[in-house]
Amino acid sequence: MISADLNIILPEILLAVIAMLALVGAVYTGKDKAAPLLVWGASGLMLLMAIWVGTTGGPEPRIAFHGMFVDDAFSRFAKVAILLSAAAVLLMSEGYMKRHNILRFEYPVLVLLGVVGMMVMVSAGDLITLYMGLELQSLALYVVAALRRDSEKSTEAGLKYFVLGALSSGLLLYGASLVYGYSGTTLFSGIIAAATEDRLSVGLLIGLVLMMSGLAFKVSAVPFHMWTPDVYEGSPTPVTAFFATAPKVAAMGLFARLLFDAFGGAIADWSQVVAVLSLLSMFLGSIAAIGQKDIKRLMAYSSITHMGYALMGLAAGTEFGVQAMLVYMAIYVTMNVGTFAFILSMTRDGQPVSDIDSLGLYAKKEPTRALAMLVLLFSLAGVPPLVGFFGKLYVLQAAYGGGLVWLAVAGVIASVISAYYYLRIVYFMYFGEDRTDKLDAGGSPVLWGFLVASAAIMVVGVVNLFGVEGAAASAAATLVN
Amino acid sequence: MIGLEHYLTVAAVLFVIGIFGIFLNRKNVIILLMSLELILLSVNINMVAFSSYLGDLAGQVFTLFILTVAAAEAAIGLAILVCFFRNRGSIAVEDVNVMKG
Repeated sequence: MISADLNIILPEILLAVIAMLALVGAVYTGKDKAAPLLVWGASGLMLLMAIWVGTTGGPEPRIAFHGMFVDDAFSRFAKVAILLSAAAVLLMSEGYMKRHNILRFEYPVLVLLGVVGMMVMVSAGDLITLYMGLELQSLALYVVAALRRDSEKSTEAGLKYFVLGALSSGLLLYGASLVYGYSGTTLFSGIIAAATEDRLSVGLLIGLVLMMSGLAFKVSAVPFHMWTPDVYEGSPTPVTAFFATAPKVAAMGLFARLLFDAFGGAIADWSQVVAVLSLLSMFLGSIAAIGQKDIKRLMAYSSITHMGYALMGLAAGTEFGVQAMLVYMAIYVTMNVGTFAFILSMTRDGQPVSDIDSLGLYAKKEPTRALAMLVLLFSLAGVPPLVGFFGKLYVLQAAYGGGLVWLAVAGVIASVISAYYYLRIVYFMYFGEDRTDKLDAGGSPVLWGFLVASAAIMVVGVVNLFGVEGAAASAAATLVN
Repeated sequence: MIGLEHYLTVAAVLFVIGIFGIFLNRKNVIILLMSLELILLSVNINMVAFSSYLGDLAGQVFTLFILTVAAAEAAIGLAILVCFFRNRGSIAVEDVNVMKG
């Protein structure tokens, strides 16, 4: 019995054990000299894990430890997205961190442990598993945010992230304690029996709302978004790239898991709350980004907007809505990997730069990079016929189908507003002022590869979205039933 | 007779004190960390009270996990705070302001 259970969580156990062995190994051998090897090893390992997780397991959900851990098509979809994006971000960070002398061996180890936490999160079938996964992820992220120990900005980002993140965990836990008390069990399968539409007690409702606010914090939905711009700006850029990709998928997966697996019987009770979170995120994200001068801060607001769209899929409360959310997250992650590959290659005299002004007439010097960035920005803005447009179309359809017509209309308006600040970057690159202190040309071929590959996916993916739709549909079908 | 509601009330009061401690405190980051602990401990009281009321052990197991994680969280928080203090020379909440937000 126990061996069957262990077999189901084998990927997580292996990753955790390897991460801890790597930590001990690096401490006793080369310390930071072992870091490049660890980075390459960790990303290779995550790539292999993604293939393994993606190809094993049948259509039937596999349940371990009496329902505390669930391995189904939904969790596998999210895990593959998490593993691939984390591997890509690790590969992109190696060169940058080496140049700026912040490549410590703890970084790949912490990313690996954070990824284990994220994998546990999307597989959670119990409040305890949910909490343990969430904390493993958060604790690793607090530390990597403060990775540049000698920088005021980075430690301040870490401190802010820690205080607000711990507060959100507290809210989530208090909600979890109420849910436990009023349903009598911590298992999602037990909670769903107690939480049906006609008899959702006040205690369960308060518990649900508190848990949702905790999770809204983790996905940086308005009004729980205050930490996002500061943490994105203050953290070292590769860490920002990591924050903008894998943890968002994990938190969104956990959000969907909780809402459908534990509270799937009371959709009407949470769908309005999620719709409001989505509406506020879309508008605040697109309006507040307009005045930003720092591209990392701008990407923070951009991610708030995008989370608003992903939440729109959840708010629909339908199987198609979950599918739309998963497709949207997969597209969002791909776009962000490419965009951050561009931001990582923005340097002047070897120093990292993040002002948008500094891109003045960048296209003259680096036509390929500028063109790739243009494609990505258009895709982020949702301009047809790029892939980003289809992501938006999916969630809008889901909202419309779920009876949230007003939300779909608001989504279109917010998307038009957000197009302004994406196009502003394009304007600077192609028509901006000619500056004397231009950005450096050239740069690492790895970053170039990721940037161009991501842009190419945005164009070529239009044909069939690389089959993501089908995988997302079967994932959504296992979650909603 | 002290019943479930008394425990829940104490926990709710502690929770609210913790939340206010974070938002109203303008002095010191250490006080923020204390407020965070207070929130987590109020959750523990809730969990144990429910667990004993329901006659179900899961709540107490959960409490043990929360206690362990809270210790790890405090350790990480203090470590980040030490790094911040080295760069900035102060742990006043007003000084956490290099970036506006």
